[in-house]
Amino acid sequence: MAASLRLLVRRLARLSHRSITSAAANVSWRSGCCLCPSSSRCLSDAAEDRSTHFGFETVSEAEKAKRVYKVFENVAQKYDIMNDAMSLGVHRLWKDMLLHAMHPQPGARLLDVAGGTGDISFRFLDYVYYQQERQKRRATGSSQSLSWQDISDKYPDEDRPQESRAVVCDINKEMLKVGKQRAESMGIISGVSWVVGDAEELPFDDDQFDIYTIAFGIRNVTHINQALQEAFRVLKPGGRFMCLEFSKVTNPILASLYDAYSFQVIPVLGEVIAGDWKSYQYLVESIRKFPDQEEFKGMIEDAGFCCVQYFNFTGGVVALHSGFKL
Amino acid sequence: MWHRLSNPFLRLNQRQGSLTSKGFKAVRAHRLHTGSAELTYSCYDGLYPGHIQTTSFQKALLAVGSGVAALQNPYRHDMVAVLGETTGHLALLNLRDRMRNDPEGYTILTERPRIRLSTLDLENMASLPDGSFGREYLRFLEDNKVTPDSRAEVKFVDNEELAYIMLRYREVHDLLHTLLGMPTNMLGEVAVKWFEAAQTGLPMCALGAVLGPLRLNSSRLESLFTSLGPWALQNGRRARCVLCIFYERRWEQSLEDLRQELNIEPPPVILRASNKRNT
Repeated sequence: MAASLRLLVRRLARLSHRSITSAAANVSWRSGCCLCPSSSRCLSDAAEDRSTHFGFETVSEAEKAKRVYKVFENVAQKYDIMNDAMSLGVHRLWKDMLLHAMHPQPGARLLDVAGGTGDISFRFLDYVYYQQERQKRRATGSSQSLSWQDISDKYPDEDRPQESRAVVCDINKEMLKVGKQRAESMGIISGVSWVVGDAEELPFDDDQFDIYTIAFGIRNVTHINQALQEAFRVLKPGGRFMCLEFSKVTNPILASLYDAYSFQVIPVLGEVIAGDWKSYQYLVESIRKFPDQEEFKGMIEDAGFCCVQYFNFTGGVVALHSGFKL
Repeated sequence: MWHRLSNPFLRLNQRQGSLTSKGFKAVRAHRLHTGSAELTYSCYDGLYPGHIQTTSFQKALLAVGSGVAALQNPYRHDMVAVLGETTGHLALLNLRDRMRNDPEGYTILTERPRIRLSTLDLENMASLPDGSFGREYLRFLEDNKVTPDSRAEVKFVDNEELAYIMLRYREVHDLLHTLLGMPTNMLGEVAVKWFEAAQTGLPMCALGAVLGPLRLNSSRLESLFTSLGPWALQNGRRARCVLCIFYERRWEQSLEDLRQELNIEPPPVILRASNKRNT
C-alpha cells in the first residue's frame, strides 16, 4: 500500500512538472519567442518520442519493451538449451559463482528479478538446504554425550524449518511457464513463488527482501535507473543487491575473439537450435550497448547502494556487481 | 600479429553492425514518423522481406548445423530449407539460366506468381473434373492433410531473383508430388527427392536423396531401389524443367496430358497416402 501511494505521488509530481514545463514552453511560443518548436515536443516527455536502443537499432521506448517481450516469448522454450550451447555450459559456473558470493543463510528471502526459467532460485534453494543440513549436523554433533531425552529435545524442529523463500519475478509469462515446468520436473513444490512483474515497477512493498538478484536481465530493461531504484526500495536495510550481467572484456585479443564468436556463431546457433536468428542477433547486440563495469557501478551508487563492488568472470565477459542497502 | 589477424573479424562485425543499424534506421525513421507501433520483425535490412545478411563463414556454419539438425529430426522443415539455401547457390544460378531460356519460365520470372491458399480458388478447383490437374492437386492436399502455406520463407540467399526461384521450388514441391503421384510418407518423399536431385542439382536434394533411404525399412528400400528409384532418376533427367511451368494457368489441364507435356511417365507403383509417420 505504501509502495503504491509513493508511486502515485511520484507520478503526480512528474505529471505536474511536465504540465508546468509544457505550459512555460507554450507561453514562450505564444509570446513570439524564437524557441525552436521542437522544444515543446522534447519537454512533453511522451515515451513514443524518446528513443532508445534495441540492439544496434534505434527505437522508441514504448516499442523497446514490446519487442523485448516478443524476443523472450519466442526463445522461452529453447532458452536453457541455447544458454548451454552458446556458453558451452559455462553459464552454470557463472551462476554458481553468484551463489557462492551471495552465501545465503537459511531463512533468507530472495527476490530473483528477470528470473524467468528459475536458474538462480533453484540454486538458491539448493544452497540454503545444504546450509541447513550442515547446521543440523553440527547441532546434533555437539550433543553426542547427552541422554536420549536431551538429544530429542535439542533436535531442531522438523515441522517448522527456517523458511527460505525465493520469489521469481519476470515480466514475461512464457519464461515463467517454462520455469514452473522445470520446478515440477525437479520435484520442487514449496519455497518458490512465481510472480509476473516489471523490474521498473515491482509489485512488492518496501523493505521486503534480504537479497535481490537480477541475472542477465537488466540489459533488457528500458530504464535501468528505475530498476535500480525499485531494487533499493524492496530490499530490507542490510539487504544485498546482486547483478550478473555481460560486460566489457578488457583484453583486446579476448575481446576480438569474443566479438567474432558473438556475431558469427551465436545467431547461427539461434537459427539452428531455436529457429530464430533475429532474437539472438538482438541479444548479442544488446550486450554491446550495456554500460561497462565502472559506469554501471556508478549507476548502482546513484541509486543509493553502498559498498558497491564488481568481480569480473571469464576475463570480463560477465561481471557480478554487488551493493548493500544500509 | 594477433592484432592484425583479429582486425578483419572486427571490421566484419562492425560492418555487419553498421549495415544492420543503417538499414534498420532508415525503416525505423519512417516508422516513427508514421507513428505506427507495429511490432513484428517485418522491417528488413536486406534485399527482400525476411532476408538476413550472412558472411560465408556463417553460411558454412549454417549448412553444417542445419544438416545435422535435419538429420536428427527430419520433420524440421526449416532446417531442410536453410540447408537448401546455404548450399544451393550454383544450382540456383543454373536454374535461373534454364528458366530465362524457356519462354514460360521467363514469364514466371517476370510475373512472380505465388502458390498460397489465398491465391488459389479452391471452390473452382473442387468443381473441376476428376483427372484434371487442379482436382488431383486438391485431392493430394486433402489426402495427405497438407497445406501450401506451410513453406518456410527464404532467408539466406543473397540475390532477390534467386530467392524467388528458391521459393518457387518450394511451392512447386507439392505439385511435384501430384505430378509424380507420390504421397507424403517417407518413401514418397525420398522418391520425390531423387527426382528433384536429378532435375535441379540442388545439393540439399542430393543429400536428402542419399540419406533419406537410411530411415526406410527393408521392404520399402527394396521398392525404392528396384522400381521407384530408377524411375524417379530417369524421369528427373529427361523431364522438362518443372519450375518453368506456369501451374496456376493449367488447373483445367488433364493430369495425363500435363505429364506427357513434361515428359514424365506415370509411377510404376501406386503408393497410398498412409499415416505420415509410417516408414
